[in-house]
Amino acid sequence: MFDEPTIFERSRPGRCGINLPEADGAALETLLPGVALRENLPLPEVSEIDVVRHFTRLSQTNFGIDLGMYPLGSCTMKYNPRLHERVAALPGFADLHPTQSASTCQGALRLLYELQGYLAEIAGMDAVTLQPVAGAHGEMTGLLLIRAYMRHRGETARTQILVPDSAHGTNPATASLVGFEIVKIPSNARGRVDVDAVRAAVGERTAGMMMTNPNTLGLFEDQIAEIAGIVHDAGGLMYGDGANMNAIVGVARPGDMGFDAMHFNLHKTFTTPHGGGGPGSGPVAVKAPLEPFLPAPRVQRLDDGTYDWDAGRPESIGRMHAFNGNFGVLVRAYTYIRTLGPDGLKAVAQNSVLNANYLRVGVGEKYQIAYPEPCMHEFVASATEQKKTTGVRTLDIGKRLMDYGYHPMTVYFPLIVPEAMMIEPTETETRETLDEFVAAMHAIAAEDPELVKSAPHTMPVKRVDEVRAARVLDIAWEG
Amino acid sequence: MPGYVPHTPEDQRGMLDRIGIAAMDELFAQIPGNLRLAALLDLPHGLSEAESVRHLEGIARTNLDCGRGACFRGAGVYRHFTPSVVPAIMARGEFLTSYTPYQPERSQGMLQTIYEFQSLVCRLLGMDAANASMYDGATALAEAVVMASSITGRKRVLIPASLHPAYYDVCRTFVQGHGICLETVPQTNGLTDIDDTRKRCGNDVAAVVVPQPNYFGMIEDASGLASVAHENGALAIAVVNPMSMALLPPPGEWKADIAVAEGQALGLPMNFGGPLVGLFTCRKEFVRQMPGRIVGGTVDSEGKRAYTLTLQTREQHIRREKASSNICSNEALCALGVTIYLSQLGKIGLRRVAEVSVQRAHEAFEAIRTVPGFEPLFDGPFFHEFPMRCPVPVAEINTKLAERGIIGPQDLGADYPELGNAGVFCCTEMISHEDIAALVATLKEIR
Repeated sequence: MFDEPTIFERSRPGRCGINLPEADGAALETLLPGVALRENLPLPEVSEIDVVRHFTRLSQTNFGIDLGMYPLGSCTMKYNPRLHERVAALPGFADLHPTQSASTCQGALRLLYELQGYLAEIAGMDAVTLQPVAGAHGEMTGLLLIRAYMRHRGETARTQILVPDSAHGTNPATASLVGFEIVKIPSNARGRVDVDAVRAAVGERTAGMMMTNPNTLGLFEDQIAEIAGIVHDAGGLMYGDGANMNAIVGVARPGDMGFDAMHFNLHKTFTTPHGGGGPGSGPVAVKAPLEPFLPAPRVQRLDDGTYDWDAGRPESIGRMHAFNGNFGVLVRAYTYIRTLGPDGLKAVAQNSVLNANYLRVGVGEKYQIAYPEPCMHEFVASATEQKKTTGVRTLDIGKRLMDYGYHPMTVYFPLIVPEAMMIEPTETETRETLDEFVAAMHAIAAEDPELVKSAPHTMPVKRVDEVRAARVLDIAWEG
Repeated sequence: MPGYVPHTPEDQRGMLDRIGIAAMDELFAQIPGNLRLAALLDLPHGLSEAESVRHLEGIARTNLDCGRGACFRGAGVYRHFTPSVVPAIMARGEFLTSYTPYQPERSQGMLQTIYEFQSLVCRLLGMDAANASMYDGATALAEAVVMASSITGRKRVLIPASLHPAYYDVCRTFVQGHGICLETVPQTNGLTDIDDTRKRCGNDVAAVVVPQPNYFGMIEDASGLASVAHENGALAIAVVNPMSMALLPPPGEWKADIAVAEGQALGLPMNFGGPLVGLFTCRKEFVRQMPGRIVGGTVDSEGKRAYTLTLQTREQHIRREKASSNICSNEALCALGVTIYLSQLGKIGLRRVAEVSVQRAHEAFEAIRTVPGFEPLFDGPFFHEFPMRCPVPVAEINTKLAERGIIGPQDLGADYPELGNAGVFCCTEMISHEDIAALVATLKEIR
């Protein structure tokens, strides 16, 4: 492996990486009279080949789904069809200005309108907004909707949101940002939300409850209908975190379980490549009583069959995004749904659950399984035995997996399982890949503990000092 | 097997046997029967790849894309040229299909590009610290407003009327839960009145927002507005067009405390308004209050240079309800595009693109004002957008232009009824002299 310097270190005065248009107009001093012009623009000066080699080399030190299995629990890192990249790049989509008049973007509006309908059907809900551009952004939208609904009914004392202790960190963070107080609900011995704890926690201050189903332990909350009943009887609403929709798409619907609102993570379930951390998309689906509060504007279909933005939405929470959400991601999700159809979507859930259970059985031969029963699309293993007997921790196992050609699984989450290893294979991995992954996990379990603790051994860098990065802050090149 | 599932029926049978489950449906035994769908979803049947391409191409064709004619629309999203290298590198699977780089040893490439992104953005805006990107410029501003309120412990924020209206709307939605009150400062001649801002600014104001150039394209006295904020112990939040930073003094020079921008102009397609990419920067002393992901340089166990996510204790996955923000997925791939763009154009190229954009805009301005009925709405210097009062409704003009494949000006009507019938024209380096001539010819016909 090579050491790639920063782009700044490649810079040589006078170089430029592109053929430029002629500046054939009047001088800037004439065009911008009285305006102080910037003197120093400290950007790099490199050639095109410098740029291509620099970023290509960097790409070679990075892991992606295209290189191998990415068993990150709750992240649903499945194969990303290249078809999606092709259609999203069509000039009729990529080269549209967001404020073009409706008559010039009927196709885009039609796509949005149809996608709203598809997602409503998949969710078992009545209406959808496509504006939120990430899962956490969708959560915020959903909780703002609940807040608006409560205010509209004059129930301003409802300031609490119930959040299970197994929840994603975004859930409490979002509830807090929207101005709610968080009431933590413990899990029971079965790894599900403790129904009695919910019963004890609800009351006149309950605005709602956030749940992920199946939950982050990979288990279906089988008492969901009862929980929803308790929350509804107390006057609250149910919010669904759609991060784990991959397990149930086409098989079960949040709307049928008693959820009043939910977000999708289109980049997970509907296969937009995650790009190193985004862009994502987090549409929110709601039951009819929440529809008036959805973000403005919305796409509507007029009686003559054309599409337009709706003008008045007096009860709306407002805008969540400057324009129309992450349209490029919406095109990909639309394409995925159209390509798979209803039976294809059901096969997604079936095979993702099949793959997870197959791995659970294999991995479980050498590691503890936190909740040893059939799982949904992911499961949580634990390295507590390894830690006790050899000192090898979950972190070490993850690092050692890199040497075997895999990305590490999600480690130390959910927080309620010690030495947690959350594993999600997704439906797009072959049986052979799963067998090889299990073999790697078994091999690591049998290895010299010192070898594992000092992993990785084949990466461009050895174990990275993360503590130092926070202590001696270097977040911009100053050289 | 439909879709992207590789299993053969034999694979499935063998795997079910290994698990000890008799049939696929039993995989869902945990789900109570009454919650399981009895039938397939009511969705259109699946399409082959070829059919999907044809279907999507058909839909795309019914849109008037900006490549068919010229685009004179800006208003926050701009049609600049994207060098061929940018999409080529972004499409590399190792970047495209990677996850958030939580495991640094296997993600050095993405981590270094984010580090370079942060460095480039800091340099462009003249600021000390940048994060790994936000959803878009508007949400970046909303997060900045929340951050300013939490730093100062104050709840009032002054927002110029010359700020992008959608940015104001997003802020208003976003701050609902924080008890933050947004107050609009009116514009005079297309600019924010400094004296009026001073009158409104008191020791209860958390921040003054400073758009540069503003929604009308006009160049504000940014330094003067920032001073008003500081005189009152408030923070100055800059909202800039990053392309203008090649020519105008950056927020760091005029002492902004937080500076945000929509980064789309730097090499990304318009995408009907998304994905975009929010640039977020601040002064060094506020870095621990900054929302979003941050990459830092460090070393590995052998002392070799390495990169990793840092200051994660601000983030939702560690800090939960006490996090500085709930942002999780940002726009990392778009940030990669910006990084490549800024590297390739560099100091010389970015200046030239900005300069040519300004030249074309002024050429268009001079040409349009010769058309009877069209006159400048304001006087004063503008960057590459300018508002014109129009003789017929802007919507009619745009319909006429669209017939020629031209995307016309942004209508100010709905957001600024007090300004009458006016539209903001924009030019980038993608506008040719012929495009301007064609625009003017059509405007003359309308008249």
